[in-house]
Amino acid sequence: MTLRSLTLRPLKLAALIALGGLGLHLSPASAHSLWLQPSSTILAKAQWITVDAAVSNDFFFYSAAPLALDNLTVTAPDGSTLAPENLLKGKLRSVFDLNLSQAGTYRIAVVNSGVMASYKLNGEMKRWRGTAESFAKEVPADAEELKVNESLGRIETFATVGKPSPVKAISKGLELVQIGAKTSHPNDLVAGEAASFRLLLDGKPAANLAVTLVRGGTRYRNQLNEIKTSSDGDGKFSVTWPEAGLYFLEAETKDGKTSVSAAKERRVTYAATLEVLPQ
Amino acid sequence: MQASFRFLALPLLLAGLGTTLPAAAAELNVEIDIPRLDVAEYHKPYLAVWIEKADQSVAANLTVRYSPKKNNEGTKWLKDLRQWWRRSGRELEQAQLDALAGATPAVGAFKLRTTVGKAPLTSLPPGEYKLGVEAARESGGRELVYLPFQWPPKQTQQLNAKGEHELGGISLELKP
Repeated sequence: MTLRSLTLRPLKLAALIALGGLGLHLSPASAHSLWLQPSSTILAKAQWITVDAAVSNDFFFYSAAPLALDNLTVTAPDGSTLAPENLLKGKLRSVFDLNLSQAGTYRIAVVNSGVMASYKLNGEMKRWRGTAESFAKEVPADAEELKVNESLGRIETFATVGKPSPVKAISKGLELVQIGAKTSHPNDLVAGEAASFRLLLDGKPAANLAVTLVRGGTRYRNQLNEIKTSSDGDGKFSVTWPEAGLYFLEAETKDGKTSVSAAKERRVTYAATLEVLPQ
Repeated sequence: MQASFRFLALPLLLAGLGTTLPAAAAELNVEIDIPRLDVAEYHKPYLAVWIEKADQSVAANLTVRYSPKKNNEGTKWLKDLRQWWRRSGRELEQAQLDALAGATPAVGAFKLRTTVGKAPLTSLPPGEYKLGVEAARESGGRELVYLPFQWPPKQTQQLNAKGEHELGGISLELKP
């Protein structure tokens, strides 16, 4: 995969990175992954953490582009929004600090939604990227051979101060939820133990979706050793962690629930960074 | 004859009063060897000792040794006592932690005597248990040792275990 990205013509790579920044996440085989990396996920007292955000193919190495933080939302245990501080958008990564002052679980997420269109105007092929809201204003009504694609992507991670609190549904796009004892809390993961998760799509069980996990540190081994599984009819899947480390989890699906009528299909993606501690 | 009569008098009197001579209280005594380590920067370890039930829930915490430091900053590293933190530590209120807390142990024998029926071990129903001993050292390692036992023992019993790095010998004395 790494060799392939090196041979991509510069323009295509730039376009892919720009798309990555907008959150239009293409499949891992053809583009980079978007991820967050928190400095800690388990804290014994209120304190600051720092989070890196990047677009790259290797976990968790910065090798391509920073992840745009325009659509970053941090939700505190009480449901309020926490403002990130000391934001930086560098060459290879973005960084931000968070002052975690409440006991419970914080949800740290970048949620990108976008529309991509191609059309012919006066014999010329045109490409357009933007939001669902600006689509009607910016794409001419008389555009020919109009092809529209919509996407919704959620990139997130979790951090807990003290006792973990439930991860409740937001009910938009793909997400992992945890309520009660039947599913594992994302900040309570231990090597050698089986964890079970529930994936939702727009608040309903995301059934029969392929889920892939990769442990970080890919640079230091020969095989990716991906864990491949899928959600059942109830959106549930489980993973037995082979080793401690930081894991990248992703899942994606397509459906017709677009917000722009010209778009026939919506691509929904989910990426999470989960920390697994040793026994 | 008179001496033996007087000897019997007190228990009979107490029995008559509706009380009995107090039985020796059940005890659970732990001795942990904190090893001398040859490192450039040595810090006394954080230490947690607790009793775990067969279902991995905590029957009782016996002690938590740490350095609070200024503004309770020292509580930051309690999560490095990973297993203890997960099984109990993260659920405790500051007041509960304060009741269990003590200074980090020095190199040598660390002794803990507990009477069953008194805080922090107010009760211990019969069953299978594990004594959990976990140590974590600043700029150093972390070690967890479990010592399984049955309660109550038929007679005074001593069980032993041994750590490899951060903990030395651990002995558990059970007095029914």
